[in-house]
Formats: sequence, structure tokens, C-alpha cells
Amino acid sequence: MSDRERVLGRVRRALADVTPDDRPYEAAVERDYLREHGERTAERTVELLAENLADYRAIVHRCGRAELPSLIGRLLAGREAGSVLVPPGLEPGWLAGTDAVRVPDRAGSTPHELDRVDSVVTGCAVAIAETGTIVLDGGPGQGRRRISLVPDHHICVVRVPGQVVSSVPRALERLDPARPSTWISGPSATSDIELDRVEGVHGPRTLEVILLG
Amino acid sequence: MSGTFVGMPAFPVAAREAVHDATLRGNLRHATHTIRAKRARAVGELSDWARLREAGRRIKDHTLRHLDRYLVQLEESVTAAGGTVHWAADAAEANRIVTALVKATGESEVVKVKSMATQEIGLNEALEAEGVRAYETDLAELIVQLGKDRPSHILVPAIHRNRGEIRDVFVREMGAWGRPAPEGLTDAPAELAEAARLHLREKFLRAKVGVCGANFMVAETGTLVVVESEGNGRMCLTLPETLIAVAGIEKVVPSWRDLEVFLQTLPRSSTAERMNPYTSTWTGTADEDGPRAFHLVLLDNGRTDALADRVGRQALRCIRCSACLNVCPVYERAGGHAYGSVYPGPIGAVLSPQLRGTASEIDASLPYASSLCGACYEVCPVAIDIPEVLVHLRERVAQGGPAVREGNRVVLRPARGHAAERAAMRAAGWVFARPRALRAGQRLASRTRRLHPRTLPGPGRAWSGARDLPAVPVEPFRDWWQRTRGGKDGGR
Repeated sequence: MSDRERVLGRVRRALADVTPDDRPYEAAVERDYLREHGERTAERTVELLAENLADYRAIVHRCGRAELPSLIGRLLAGREAGSVLVPPGLEPGWLAGTDAVRVPDRAGSTPHELDRVDSVVTGCAVAIAETGTIVLDGGPGQGRRRISLVPDHHICVVRVPGQVVSSVPRALERLDPARPSTWISGPSATSDIELDRVEGVHGPRTLEVILLG
Repeated sequence: MSGTFVGMPAFPVAAREAVHDATLRGNLRHATHTIRAKRARAVGELSDWARLREAGRRIKDHTLRHLDRYLVQLEESVTAAGGTVHWAADAAEANRIVTALVKATGESEVVKVKSMATQEIGLNEALEAEGVRAYETDLAELIVQLGKDRPSHILVPAIHRNRGEIRDVFVREMGAWGRPAPEGLTDAPAELAEAARLHLREKFLRAKVGVCGANFMVAETGTLVVVESEGNGRMCLTLPETLIAVAGIEKVVPSWRDLEVFLQTLPRSSTAERMNPYTSTWTGTADEDGPRAFHLVLLDNGRTDALADRVGRQALRCIRCSACLNVCPVYERAGGHAYGSVYPGPIGAVLSPQLRGTASEIDASLPYASSLCGACYEVCPVAIDIPEVLVHLRERVAQGGPAVREGNRVVLRPARGHAAERAAMRAAGWVFARPRALRAGQRLASRTRRLHPRTLPGPGRAWSGARDLPAVPVEPFRDWWQRTRGGKDGGR
């Protein structure tokens, strides 16, 4: 007997006392929790996102379309970033204000090559106000999962209010499970030393979020 | 379960040693008290916490009730998305599968995301025996691995170490494993985190095989979810060419939507954050993003035995948040090692004896490693009634009875060493059924109270060795009541 048959057989015998529940799944589990916590205007939701991002040590900036290239240019220059990773589909204008070397996100790049790049600029799929989270799903302007991981400095542009939702349930509604997703809440951190939060381990130690309105 | 902790003394013996370790008690007290207050704040932010908790309980119960169906569905979804599913009835089979998969790649090292399942089966030791080196990359796991130590907490396996001890381990051991600790390393947490970053980076960048667990597996879509903080998980999940996940069969949930409950309750319960820094979801393999080969090993290893127990099966709802450890007065004083398992604390006391059986001394003693105060049940985000399961398991240890071991129905014999307890309970049952005898006994006890010893003689000594004997009042309560009418007239 294969281990598959063995395990499934054990499961079925273990459940011999249980009456099957043949209702469709959506009816079998009642969900009376909230879809989002509290009622807010779109503007207030964006403010909450900014507060919660900052609370977990992300650096938050706000700007309009016209100022975006110069803001990104200033942020890269402030870090003396000589090179920047560019995901496919990133709006070309966003990097108009910097002369850092563009390193395109390619399948063939090795991790060591990525490790030599100073910064990365991406968009996102959705941002969650209640938790201060940005979610990347590899869509246009977001790139492969590893590019927002290996460089030490990540600049993420969130279009507000369009890409901002209030809550985790609202974010999941917008995401396609078939696409790999990365949920980011502040820079890399750990609670492993005396259960106290310290920022800065393996992921980018500096996370800058630009709320583009 | 694995042999990692074989030969552990029973809980009371190990705990007695631990409570005399002042450093350990200080470290645990500091860490658990810090996190308790934070968790309460994080949970307090959500007005619907009780309803989220109840929904989490219902989702997990429903899944367990139809576990065969959801496992088959998960297998289909993962396979359709380009992954390969393997089944392992026990630890040995899971280790065999993973070792063979690693060897097939031709590699001799793997990087690991923190995973309870791989610790449970002793995967690192199994790989080592086959010449494959497994590098733990979670900071706390790294501290444990470098210090040749054992994990003592589900979330923070090195919780028993303070910053000074961590610094010493880094300075002493890092060089033997790769990049040595930076010169002049102090015990500032930020510096320690930086040392781990430098030490592990070269391993991440060259790794060809990653090994991980899963916090959740979605049956309908074949999606796996890993929740973490440091980014070591993302490194292992995205940089290698081959990814091998080992996950207990109880980690499956039916739908993508179910994550809306657990991604709210898990971070707030475990690290007391609104959201943990990084969560990764992936479905099979993706075009040119991340590993080209993905394997999922579905692990039983005693879970179906627990599933067969009507009371005990609720322990399989556990999402490994560790909130129950952080509030437990026994864990705070005894520490994680005394539980003799990778699953310490209240959840370990109900999980280990179900996964491993109650044959060994340590497993038979675990259901007693509790004062039954119920704090664990209060904070559990999937409402596992841990005290109820503890009492149920105590009954099983003391009285024996039917159970399922490795898929087979067995009848357990009463454990040795509980004969006096059973005799005392039988005697108590007889006395409580006979009011006259009870009254006579109580009066006799009151009159002779000055003569009572501080510890029990004979077989009772084991019981009073760790407990204070209750003081007997001057007068039995019922006599007092009859004399004073509850203190209304003639009361003192």
C-alpha cells in the first residue's frame, strides 16, 4: 500500500464517527466577522495607511504625478544609489529624475548580480490601510519576487486612493491566487531577541513608500 | 515523531531543574511579559476578534471533518499548478522523500525556512546522515543551531537565550559554519541582527535547494502560504531552483478566502503585530519567477491518530501562533525544554502525547504539566479548549482505554505509577456517596489538624512533592453552616 492510500485510509477511519456535512462550503461556515473595521472616507483610509506604514518604520512620502520623478531621483541620490533594479512595465517616466544605472529584471540574473544592485523601484497590486501592508503580485511594474528582496533599499509607489483598501478581506478579494504574492509590512524585522521587534535583517532594511495621488 | 528528544526525563524532573535556573527564569519572564501586553493591544484593535476566532474554529473543524476530500483536492490543485505531491505516513518516510529529492539535484546543502514539521521529523539530522548540510536561516533557529541547543518555543526557539548569550554563541560558533561574526560584536539586538544578515547572505545567494513548511495550504487553488518576519523565508522561497515544502496534513484550508480570517488572527496572536513583515503565497511553479521545481510532502506522523480522538482532535486546529505559551504560568517557570518536544507549552502538552502516544515517561507526564488555569484557551485564536484535552489525556494515562496508534485501534493499559491515584479516587467516590462517612471523616480531620504532616506518606509522597497540602479548617464547612446559618444569626 502506498503512503497516500495509507494516510487517506487512516483519515477516513478516524472520521468514522463524524456525520458528513454535505452543505456547500460557503453555507457550512458562517462568517459574521467584519469585512472592514470602521467606516472611513477614501482620504482617511489613505491617512490610516500612512500612519500604519510609519508605525512599522516604513518611510512614507506623498506626491503628485508631476513631482514623482524628482522625488524618486532625490531618494536614490540620498542613498548614493549607483544602480537601480527596474521591473518590466514600470512607467518609464518614474525614473526620469535619476541617472542611476538601470538594471532590468531578467530571468537570467543570478542572485549575486542582484546583490550588487543598490535599490529597486516598484509599484504594487494593492495596499492595506488597517495593517500598513503593501502587496506585490508580479503584475506590471512589480517584477519577480526576488527583486524587492535582495537590494537593501526598496521604493514602492502606491497609487492612492485607487490601490488602497481598508482591510485584509478586501485585499484578498482583489488578488489572484494563481499569481505569487508578497505581502510587505515595513522593512525586514525580527522578534527573535527577547521577543522585542528589531528592524533590519535579510530583506531591504529601508522601505520607502510613495503615496502617489 | 523523531528521536530528537528521546530519553527526556518526565516533565516534573526536567521542570524542577529549570525552575532553579535563575537566568532562564529571568529570560522567560521578560520575554513572555513583553509579548503578553503587546498581544492584548493588537487583539484589542479588532472589535470583531471573538467572531474571527469563532470563524477560524469553524473553518478548521469543517476542514478536519472532511480532511480526506480536501487533501485530495489540494493534491489535484498543486499538481495542476506544476508542483509534485508526496505523501508520508511517518517521519522516516518524510525524511526519506526529502533526502532523495535533495540528492537528485546533486546538491549537498539546503537552506531552510523555520518549520515546525521538519523539526518534528528531525529532518536536519536525517540529511546530515546522508551527507547533506541543512542551514537554518531564521534568526532564532540559527542561534539554536549554532549553539548546538534545543528549541524551547514555537515562534522564538531561542527564547531561553538573552542578548548576551546570543552574542557569545555568534562570536564562538559562526566561523565554523561560514562567515565569522564581525569584530567587536556587542549584544545590541540591531548588531546581532546585522551579524546574522552578513553570515547568512552568502548561503542564500548560492543556495540551489530550499526547504520550507507551510502556515496554510489552500485546497481549491493549491496555494501555499508562509508567514515570516526577517526575509529569510522569502530568500529560501524565491532564490533556489528547487523548493521542497514539508507540511502536516492539518494545514489545509478549503478556500483562498479563508486566509482573510487567519491572516488577521495569526500575526496578532503570535508576534502581536497588525501584520508580520513578510507573507509569501505561491501556487505550484510560476513562469520564470522563483523555483522551477516545487515538491510538497504531506505529513501524517501521528496526526490521524489525534484525528481519531473525539476530544483530542481539536488540537489539530492549531495554527502554531504560540500565544498559549506566552500566557502560561507553567511554561513561564519551567521553560520549553522541560516539555521534551519541539512543541512545548500548553499546546505541546496536548499535541505531543497525541502524536507520539503516551507510552514514554515524558509523554505520560505532559498532560499533568498544567494548573488547568485556562489562560491558554482564552488566548487561542482557534479556540482549542486545551484544559478539556488535558483532562481527557490525564484520564487516558491514568485509566487507559481505547485509542488509535499508527492507524491501528489499540486498548491502552493504565499507566504504572497511577495506582495510588486510582485507589484514592475510588475511595473518594465511595466517601462522597455516603454523607455520614464524609461528615465523620471531616470532623476527625478537623480535630487532628495539628498532627497533620506537611507531606503525604507512602505513595502519596509523589503527589505532595510538588504541591502544598491544603490546610484543614477548625470546623467542617457544613458544621459551621448548621451552627451559624451562614453567619446570619449567631455568627462569629
